[in-house]
Amino acid sequence: MITKDIILTLAARNVRLHFMRSVLAALGIVIGVVAIASIGMVGTNMTLSVTEELSDMANKLTVTPYRGGGGMMGGGPGGGGDQDDEDVITEDEFRDIERIVAKYGTAYTLMSESDQIEVGSETGRATIYGLDPDIIREILIVETGEYPKSTSSVVVGPTLAERLDLKVGSKIKIGDPDEGATTTVRVVGILEERGMSMDLSTDMAIIGSEKLFTGIYGGEGEYDQVNIVVDDINNVDAVKTAIEDELNRKEDTVTVQDSSRMMESITSTLSTMTTFVMAIAGISLLVAAVSIFNVMMMSVNERVREIGILRAIGTQRGEVLRMFVYEAGILGIVGAVIGSIASLAIGYVVVFGMVGTADYFFAMDSLIYVPMAMAIGAGICLITGAYPAWQASKLDPIEALRAE
Amino acid sequence: MSGPVIELKGVKKVYNLPSGDVTALNGVDLRIDEGEFVAIMGPSGSGKSTLLNQIGCLDRPTSGDLFLAGKNTREMNDHDLTYLRLTSIGYIFQKFNLIPLLSAYENVEYPYIMKNRKPDDTGRVQHLLSRVGIDEALSAHKPGELSGGQQQRVAIARALVNDPAILLCDEPTGNLDSQTSIQIMEILSDLNQRGRTIVMVTHNPETAAYADRIITIRDGKIV
Repeated sequence: MITKDIILTLAARNVRLHFMRSVLAALGIVIGVVAIASIGMVGTNMTLSVTEELSDMANKLTVTPYRGGGGMMGGGPGGGGDQDDEDVITEDEFRDIERIVAKYGTAYTLMSESDQIEVGSETGRATIYGLDPDIIREILIVETGEYPKSTSSVVVGPTLAERLDLKVGSKIKIGDPDEGATTTVRVVGILEERGMSMDLSTDMAIIGSEKLFTGIYGGEGEYDQVNIVVDDINNVDAVKTAIEDELNRKEDTVTVQDSSRMMESITSTLSTMTTFVMAIAGISLLVAAVSIFNVMMMSVNERVREIGILRAIGTQRGEVLRMFVYEAGILGIVGAVIGSIASLAIGYVVVFGMVGTADYFFAMDSLIYVPMAMAIGAGICLITGAYPAWQASKLDPIEALRAE
Repeated sequence: MSGPVIELKGVKKVYNLPSGDVTALNGVDLRIDEGEFVAIMGPSGSGKSTLLNQIGCLDRPTSGDLFLAGKNTREMNDHDLTYLRLTSIGYIFQKFNLIPLLSAYENVEYPYIMKNRKPDDTGRVQHLLSRVGIDEALSAHKPGELSGGQQQRVAIARALVNDPAILLCDEPTGNLDSQTSIQIMEILSDLNQRGRTIVMVTHNPETAAYADRIITIRDGKIV
């Protein structure tokens, strides 16, 4: 019935005596813990999932013409509609790159242009890529249909196909009829969805051979971008440095990008956002702290006489303090434990709903938020309980005994 | 042990209130020997409760010295005085002052645990309870479920659990009917007969009649 520590017994019984009040106070902690833990887990799961996606590109490098400074994305392919003639990678430069890369992997060129297209009566815009037909076969996956065999046949991205209702066999007119001749091409295949990527974004694009591309836009031997696939991920830096040393020896002519910068930027953005949202969740814990503080002050105030009795019959100040700290601690620990269980359940649902996958839910980096939120929740309880407890411990026994 | 168990030398207690200083005790000299049963009487506000609180180490004198078993309490800090209250002084209040969260048994056991840091495994608590007339069934009840007389019996058992040298009673029968008062006073008288030193504050002459010596206090002075 009575535990070894009678002070703890007294604290526990007082919590039980005011059951409803205690439950409500602990509920605040539960909500705070769930909020912090779930948001932390969502953030981590997002970061892990994006990192995983991006690491597919970790062995890829893009080489684009140097445009002075150069933004994050370097104005990648598809944005080159009004490109300066000089902003290209020449055949010679590509030969240099190919020579350097030969040891480590493969390099291929990319021509791109954004243009008006017409399908039946519908018009729209799309990116047109010109690639070596062998490369198309190597790097792109056709979902329906086949790879282009002639200069007038193309494959299209799934998003574009859906939007313009393109099927295998559909005809597309490329070019603005008001500005000159248009070229009609035939869709022979629809690609598998590829997602956003730094090297080649095909979902909204038309992909044809280099011959088709130069047939429409000219510019033979002038490339918008060179993509490099490095076989061993450890050589990525070496390749990057080698290309920069070779091509940018006299002046900056190309920009070499790997996915690490993009990854860094995305993960740091995600972590900033997570921290920010967690701070907002932290406010709920602050509210909980106020409620615990209120409950503890009430508890002390309504037990002044009892404190007087305890002191009169020989209870030390420290033991009175301990009694109230225990009381706050019980609320905090009960709240934190329930909160942690709830945050596993709620967190799982939220992560699944917001990230789309719960593959990383049980990862260490993700689950660590549960004990972390628990510690914060219980800690806040102890801190807010400390002041009322201290108030209780320094009550004068005679004064306290006089209280009704 | 011979010599005074309690000795007050020129004890003064002044309360600094916003309305001005109030002298509750004005130079009290008192000596109580081991085994005495002393009643302190006097009108309301005469300082008799203040005197008892001084002896009970609940308060410190503004000036003067209080010796308990030859030791000057002036040299003790709050921790020492609290320990003294726990081990050497048993307090019985007018309003019983049991802990509402604890059962009668636990109320008696509480000071025992505080002193010995373990629950009572000697049967002392139950023995003391039955000595004051609280049986095992009754001792499981919370104070709120007991009558005034029963609560005061539990309070007496609690005061005795650490075998204190001094028993201090502040109007022990003040909240009880006359029949119960007699029973409580008989318990106290019996304890005194067995050698316990008792100091009791009362304004009831019938209660005071149980004492060996009656001290009257008026305006903070023993008369």
